Amino acid sequence: MGKFKEKLIEIFFTLCGLVAVVVLVGIFSLLVKEGFPALKSLGFSGFFNGDLWRPDAFGKPTYGLWPAIQGTLITTLIAMCISIPLGVGTSVYLAYVAGNRTREILKPIFELLASIPSVVIGFLGLVATGPLIAKLTGRSNGLNALNGGILLCLMSLPTIISVSEDALQALPRDFWRGSLALGATRFRTVMRVMIPAAKGGIFAAVMLGMGRAVGETMTVLMATGNVSSFPDGILSSVKTLTATIASELGEVPFGSEHYHALFVVGATLFIFTFLINLAGELVLGSRK
Amino acid sequence: MKQIVDEAFISLFRICAIIVIVIVGALILHLIKNGMAVVNWDFISQPPTEGMTAGGIFPALAGTTLVTIITGLVALPLGVGAAIFLTEYASDNVLTRLVRLSIRNLSGVPSVVYGLFGLALFVRGLHFTPGLLTAGLTLGLLILPWAITTAEQSIKAVPASYREGALALGCTKWFVIRTVVLPPALPGILTGLILGLARASGETAPILFVGASFFIPHLPRSIFDQFMALPYHLYVLSTQHQDIQLVRPIAYGTALVLLMLIMFFSGGVIYLRARLRKKYQQW
Repeated sequence: MGKFKEKLIEIFFTLCGLVAVVVLVGIFSLLVKEGFPALKSLGFSGFFNGDLWRPDAFGKPTYGLWPAIQGTLITTLIAMCISIPLGVGTSVYLAYVAGNRTREILKPIFELLASIPSVVIGFLGLVATGPLIAKLTGRSNGLNALNGGILLCLMSLPTIISVSEDALQALPRDFWRGSLALGATRFRTVMRVMIPAAKGGIFAAVMLGMGRAVGETMTVLMATGNVSSFPDGILSSVKTLTATIASELGEVPFGSEHYHALFVVGATLFIFTFLINLAGELVLGSRK
Repeated sequence: MKQIVDEAFISLFRICAIIVIVIVGALILHLIKNGMAVVNWDFISQPPTEGMTAGGIFPALAGTTLVTIITGLVALPLGVGAAIFLTEYASDNVLTRLVRLSIRNLSGVPSVVYGLFGLALFVRGLHFTPGLLTAGLTLGLLILPWAITTAEQSIKAVPASYREGALALGCTKWFVIRTVVLPPALPGILTGLILGLARASGETAPILFVGASFFIPHLPRSIFDQFMALPYHLYVLSTQHQDIQLVRPIAYGTALVLLMLIMFFSGGVIYLRARLRKKYQQW
């Protein structure tokens, strides 16, 4: 009797563990299921060959994904150009330059940065960085890809800093001492010994940070101006994959073509972030 | 000379850290400076009036509190259950690796995709009305990977000798988990959960389609009612309102209250966790 009860309890907890698998599979299969009607009527080419996202065009709406994909790519690229040097630099500072006291004060601050809601960052883009960019570039408004990229950098920095600092801290201290003993300067030791040795972890940090930037919604929805066309430079207004879903799903009728098309956008986004995160996780996992 | 050049180069890393802190500090100060003017007791305790151009944010504050409680009720049992499976029952096999892989990948799924999922599953599939419960379930699943990971860490931190001692006395495994493993792990589990909830309470994208509402003059009367939420209220005030410039001060106030609320809980938990960690190290 007791044994039977123990077995039941074990099965119960195993089921709890399986919830994660069910949710992940459930998310992807529901995205595909809800996106399927649109894929069927428009075909893959309707989404991936078309250059226009015009769901409200009278008579013949088009659902080309390229403008949104390019919007996501350009904002993410700008974010990464800033956050990779800044994030890795900060993690080197935390790992090798800062004293213990400083590190213990700074680490929680970076952790707090991660908990600032994306809608607040987006709001700051609207009221602070956007107008600043408008003033510096002499344009009428600063809601563009550059603004979105700068703010996305804030969203991905905490991930990059913490994962790449972990990677640096995990290296044997002997690398550091050995290199200094050979007469290398500290800077040379960092650049030629420590960063190359931790390159797997730093790669993972960049991938996980990039995953956050690609999947971020409210920040880009509020700060990039949301014009769905091909960006012709970093100062043009863009609409990302995430912003397309967030701004349009609330207004479409259930079951319409536009509704199903937005799930195709969601599935595309899911596959992007899944692959980016998987690349990061595989590198992290293989080191353990 | 070599030392001076080295020190100069090393300072580049210091400058990186300083830039990050200055940017974050400047943005937060900007919010505080502009938000403090409107935040007072009435702002927190009164509903919006005159087409949201005056009054406070009480319904949004209450809505966020309620939905966060439901989120916690969803994430806590599932998270602890999965963590107990991973630490106490799982052997190193394909199933366990699959569970771990899923948890890691779930944490990378964009929040707006959770919104699509919540809409497709709960509203379209199970015919729930968009409201507090639907939003709470969606957000609960959103922070599930976080809840599992933090619970697992706290349970792992309980020394194996505790379990072995109790098992050697003839206790059953479930009795050991209930009375020996979970009590010392509980503070860690709860602090982890609160940190996750603080993040969930600031999420906007997942609740856009599953129950958050533009304006409701009264508080939700049941868990099936639509609700106002602080982050959504901020989004509405700053981009959707018909007179954005007029409501800007209120938007600043809303942003400040939301930020302070989350900072208060996250900051408190990060502090508590640092103290707990020291305590564990003494074992």
